Amino acid sequence: MEKEKKSFIDRLWDFFASIKLAIVLFALIASTSIVGTVIEQNASPEKNLKVLSRLIGPDLAPSAYRLLDSLGFMDMYHSWWFVTFLVLFAVNLIICSIDRLPRIWKLATEPIKPINTDRIPSFPIKKEIVLKGTPEGVRDKVMSVFKSLGLKPANSPVEGGGFQLYSQKGGWTRLGVYITHLSILVIMIGAVIGIFFGFHGYLNLPEGYTSSVAYDRKTGKAHELGFSVRCDDFDVEFYGMSEMPKDYRSWLTVIENGREVLRKVIEVNEPLRYKGYIFYQSSYGMMPNIKQGILILKVTGPNGKTETVTKRIGESFTIPGTNIVGTIKDFSPALATDSSGRTYTYSNMMNNPAAKIEFSKNGTPLYSGWILKRFPRTWNLPDGNRVEMVDFWGVQYTGLQVRKDPGVWLVYLGCVIMAFGLYSAFFMNHKKLWALVRTDGKNNTIVTFMGTANKGRQHFANKVEDAISKLITKSKEV
Amino acid sequence: MNISSSLYGIATLGYIFAMIAYISYLAFRKDTIGKIATGITLLSFISHTVAFALRWYEGYAEGLRAFWRPPISNLYESLIFFVWCLILGYLIIEFKYKNRSFGAFITPVAALALAFIEMSGMSKQIEPLVPALQSNWLLAHVTMSFISYSMFALAFGTGLMYLIEKTEDRKEPAYIFWTVSIGVLLVLLIAMGLDYLKFHVVATTPELAKAYLFKATFNSPSTAVSALSWIGALVVIFLVWRFGYVLRNIIVSFRLDTRILDELTYKIIAIGFPIFTLGGLIFGAIWADQAWGVYWSWDPKETWSLITWFVYAFYLHARLMRGWRGKKVAVVAVVGFVTVVFTYLGVNLLLSGLHSYGSLK
Ligand code: HEM
Repeated sequence: MEKEKKSFIDRLWDFFASIKLAIVLFALIASTSIVGTVIEQNASPEKNLKVLSRLIGPDLAPSAYRLLDSLGFMDMYHSWWFVTFLVLFAVNLIICSIDRLPRIWKLATEPIKPINTDRIPSFPIKKEIVLKGTPEGVRDKVMSVFKSLGLKPANSPVEGGGFQLYSQKGGWTRLGVYITHLSILVIMIGAVIGIFFGFHGYLNLPEGYTSSVAYDRKTGKAHELGFSVRCDDFDVEFYGMSEMPKDYRSWLTVIENGREVLRKVIEVNEPLRYKGYIFYQSSYGMMPNIKQGILILKVTGPNGKTETVTKRIGESFTIPGTNIVGTIKDFSPALATDSSGRTYTYSNMMNNPAAKIEFSKNGTPLYSGWILKRFPRTWNLPDGNRVEMVDFWGVQYTGLQVRKDPGVWLVYLGCVIMAFGLYSAFFMNHKKLWALVRTDGKNNTIVTFMGTANKGRQHFANKVEDAISKLITKSKEV
Repeated sequence: MNISSSLYGIATLGYIFAMIAYISYLAFRKDTIGKIATGITLLSFISHTVAFALRWYEGYAEGLRAFWRPPISNLYESLIFFVWCLILGYLIIEFKYKNRSFGAFITPVAALALAFIEMSGMSKQIEPLVPALQSNWLLAHVTMSFISYSMFALAFGTGLMYLIEKTEDRKEPAYIFWTVSIGVLLVLLIAMGLDYLKFHVVATTPELAKAYLFKATFNSPSTAVSALSWIGALVVIFLVWRFGYVLRNIIVSFRLDTRILDELTYKIIAIGFPIFTLGGLIFGAIWADQAWGVYWSWDPKETWSLITWFVYAFYLHARLMRGWRGKKVAVVAVVGFVTVVFTYLGVNLLLSGLHSYGSLK
């Protein structure tokens, strides 16, 4: 009749305190998540219609799409029912932990008690040995078993002569599970803070441009940063002569109240951080009007003097110490030569930038040709002068991801806590060991070792066994 | 052909011979055969290890990778690393538990994975790393993921053996489960083998998967072939179900203690789970955070890792807290490894073939 008297609150508590619910939630979250990996999330309807027709045929696809759409499966990880699962999961975890904490706390912190010798309970580990001498005489030997297991035993006398030693270790590791569970909650809190108070956006910033806003990833709306970022330069480095990018970098400057406050070269995996915002190198691209760019050259004349020259397409420069004039005729972001020797542009990205320069002296044409940024041998002119191509600046933009997440430190903290929690939950245990040391009434002492461990019991039993067998061989030697 | 791939070839052949030896050992129960099986496995493992070290060195010597980057960055390299961890784990278990019968379940997985590599002709080039992949977090993430995957593969082996040994009645759900699982696995292997025979390609990239996967059978343009394939698949599964007792008799005749199998499955998962949590989920999230500024984006790969995590959390809670033992949790261990395989291969090959995005992550 006890059961029926339970109040609604009690029943609700019991519901959330049950591990059965946890298991059901694991299964529910895992199985519904699968749908979201088959249907592309936040994609255009056509895309998912295609996916569905491939799976169940074009006849059923439209109605299946409508059904799934109305249930929120097109953005299911943010749908009301999936969020409900996650909330239930969190509540389950909290209530379940609170419900069991007092018992576990007691197990973890309770001091070990001597065994009641009238009614010795049964133990998973039990081993009896007989040693020569009185109980007091063998005390050090028995102590050495405890010591070799890293235990510091307490002592209490036993009725009828003798004493018992007992000790425990690792009681707090019983809390490891709770630490693990706590860490899950910490991570969830961090994630929720990030969702509500964070910003996630992007910024495509051309070389030489400054922006005081970034654009929201979902809505595309401009978001004031409170400071400005300027892209001073952008560059891609390739593996050897291949087309495989090895690294891409942006030279960024942060400007606040008209002052330059920070400069940093960012690359993938190496972002810029300022006032809670983080700028990640994520992509790059070209501006539509490539002819606007500025060619940067290092020109060396016969006297060995080098000058840096910045010119646009169509402009001219003089080689220092001569009256040779170079005129920039053309530019290609990715120059290649076909089998007949004709040049063409194979990509609209800056994979192999090249400038065509015509040289003349006093109006008479001398020679002309392409100078390539990635091929230093093209920099040497026939007459021994040198024109190095440093960059073609002002036509690339750097693609930045911009994020502000005030909750991320909690997520990281949760991860650290989880690592500790899992370690103590799985790789450490709570061990207890007792030794009853009693005389047999003649000249011998009976020592009974008894012990338990909450996990890894066999391992602990083996170690106890080892320590005892060492004790026996040692006493034989004496 | 360089030295490291020939050494991998030797290891592949070695594991195939070891598989034959372990299975004959199961069948004839001669100690000498068992010792030979162990010997072959050890030798192959050494060859495998040397090949791995050589490849590591080659990547560094050719200026394509920094010295501390082990070769585990593409499908080819990661499969090889997976098999390496698997065999290492197996050898440890063999020496610790002084029991070899388990080898008959592990060496086929190793031989299959390596044969898959050989057959598929997937690129063995040492590829330079694109910028996003040059991260130490990613390195830790990949290494630990594969260590945990191989743990889960071992638990799959022990769990499956447990199920086979413990089920007698053909109508029993657990019996149906394991026979159907093995049947489906066989069907998939046969179907991929037929694809290979017909088109000489193995679907190892999303593009190939889209064009060729099961084209010789289920996805054949001819309705008749496709219908026949389905019937054939059902027949194979039925045969495994009908004659599963043969496999069972072999394993039973070996008198493996089922309690040890149950315990072993748990122990391996208890080691694999924390490694997976830390390496597979946490380090992966940190890497994504460093590289893109999002630690979690519910992309299919991440979601499948989470699903895998939940399946093993389910296993641990069911076993420890609800007191599930034996068949019920063994089923979960088997399902867990299926999700692992899907996380690793299925997401890249099936889902990304279905969608249009690449397979960067
Ligand atoms: C995915 C999330 C979860 C993970 C990774 C997780 C992990 C664990 C682990 C590792 C253990 C310890 C097993 C051992 O003793 O060695 C455990 C035990 C336990 N879990 Fe969870 N857990 C999760 C979610 C939950 C939830 C939602 C609940 C809520 C009901 C829950 C309730 C429990 C309880 C009550 C125990 C036993 C504690 C004890 O009495 O010793 N867990 N969990």
